[in-house]
Amino acid sequence: MSETRGTFEHGADFGVFGRGPDPASAFREAAHAMFALMTDPDAVQPLQAIAFEFEEADLEIALVRYLNGLLSHAADRKLALGRFALARSGAHWKAAAQGEPWREGLERGTGVKGATLTMLSVRNDNGTWDARCVVDV
Amino acid sequence: MDLSRLSELDACTWTYPASAAEGRRESRLYGTRELVAAMDDKVLEQIGNVARLPGLVGAAMAMPDAHWGYGFPIGGVAAFDPEQGGIISAGGVGFDISCGIRCLRTGLAKGDILRVAGKLSDALFRDIPAGVGEEGPVKLTIPELDRVLKGGARWAVAEGYGEEDDLEFVEDHGCAKDADPSCVSGLAKSRQRGEMGTLGSGNHYLEVQCVERIHDAEAAAAFGVAEGQVVVSIHCGSRGLGHQVGTDYLVSLAQAATRLGIALPDRELACAPIRSPEGEQYFGAMNAATNCALANRQMLAHVTREVFRRFFRDAAVETLFDVSHNTCKPETHEVEGRRRTLFVHRKGATRAFGPGHPSLPARYRAVGQPVVIGGSMGTGSYILAASPTSEARAFSSASHGAGRSMSRNAALKRWHGRQLVDELAERGIIIRTRSMRGVAEEAPGAYKDVEVVAEATERAGLARRVALLRPLICIKG
Repeated sequence: MSETRGTFEHGADFGVFGRGPDPASAFREAAHAMFALMTDPDAVQPLQAIAFEFEEADLEIALVRYLNGLLSHAADRKLALGRFALARSGAHWKAAAQGEPWREGLERGTGVKGATLTMLSVRNDNGTWDARCVVDV
Repeated sequence: MDLSRLSELDACTWTYPASAAEGRRESRLYGTRELVAAMDDKVLEQIGNVARLPGLVGAAMAMPDAHWGYGFPIGGVAAFDPEQGGIISAGGVGFDISCGIRCLRTGLAKGDILRVAGKLSDALFRDIPAGVGEEGPVKLTIPELDRVLKGGARWAVAEGYGEEDDLEFVEDHGCAKDADPSCVSGLAKSRQRGEMGTLGSGNHYLEVQCVERIHDAEAAAAFGVAEGQVVVSIHCGSRGLGHQVGTDYLVSLAQAATRLGIALPDRELACAPIRSPEGEQYFGAMNAATNCALANRQMLAHVTREVFRRFFRDAAVETLFDVSHNTCKPETHEVEGRRRTLFVHRKGATRAFGPGHPSLPARYRAVGQPVVIGGSMGTGSYILAASPTSEARAFSSASHGAGRSMSRNAALKRWHGRQLVDELAERGIIIRTRSMRGVAEEAPGAYKDVEVVAEATERAGLARRVALLRPLICIKG
């Protein structure tokens, strides 16, 4: 079975991808891959939560809005994130994530400035959804 | 890059001819045959896409350090005329709005630094917040942030971060006048509250460098640098606020472009006509983010100066110059014998006003604007002076860095941060960082040869080499 999340090549930055049985699952995996550029998500304790909702019918734009929403709220609260939840009802998306304030002991990777529309795609490959884009670091 | 698609105009200028069938105007790439051949094909695809945007004047251009970016290539330059339906593009500026370099001269000699290098490194690392998740000591309220967004480096100096003399040597005297804080979202301002005076991560750094070689004695004298002297370069941008402005406007301008009937060859080129409500809003927000970046670098310069004065009480740590390389600026340029106001996008390209330009400080006017090409932490950087031909060649633009030659993924597979730090220490270069992973991504071997890029920048008539800098201490973001 292919990997459920990871990075792909880009000349200056990173591409991130996630895969799952539905778009929301694939988006969550892509979020995990993106936050793994900053620290080890599995080492992040779920001490604080963020939540936000948005309307977006275009699946590709929805991926970018979801990833950027996570980055914005995490940065605003000065949190490292490690757990991600996302539910979709038509064009309505309901996102939540958990993490903790940055602390000594958390691995420091590279900060992500934003998810871009470059190499952006959300597609269904034989029943598996693949969501990907380049993120600026 | 497949050079068969290009025509060589001279030893450092290549053209990708216009194609009416593809609705594409000319693209021009600067660099030696070797540099251009080594560029990814994506650079040509991306600069070709830029050449399809409405209101482009002249050619879309790629500097000698160009590499694959998002939307524009990194090292991309394009000028648009508002009177001809020209656009302003969030993708042409990027997320790190007004990212740039502040260069300080210190009057100190290499030997002065070597005597205290370890302690100086520790002090800089302690006082300069660097890396993902790090906050600064200053927490601003939203009304205070609005004043930052209007005042830029002038705000910082008025608040005690630096000296009035600094401002003469900062682009636009430290303040982008078209800033409109009301165009910046509450979330963008909220993100910035604890991020003033922080370096960030990725390719951002503070580097203590020694002038190893002078190429142009007259310009070096004007810039106040000499062989053996120490300078400090600070590379960073508009932090969370700029990133959020980029985020906010990327999708909204992409949607505006669709609504306004602008066919985007790549959605990342999200744009709107300069003379449209959407374009004017982005312009106001982008300039506010520019002021955030100018204030941020001013604060970092102030902290650097304070640290140096703890070690060298009488050190004259002065601003040599501060210039951004992710911008869109209205500038007057001569095109086909006529002066026109154009909106010049530079994404990973430095403004380079040649000798005699009226906006330059009197001290530099005869030799041209200082241009800094930041290299890697293990090789070197260059100070250059803008060439008299930079306007005709590239709307007064030049290279901004060495440019990546290898992806971050590939660098991570090839190098380990700890090993690199140890190897550099053996060569006398001290690295302080919270991110060994970041060091590996930024490995010196992942960048082009800065000497080749600087030489090509000179041969292309963009900026001429003044001084080669070698790193002594690097505080890595």
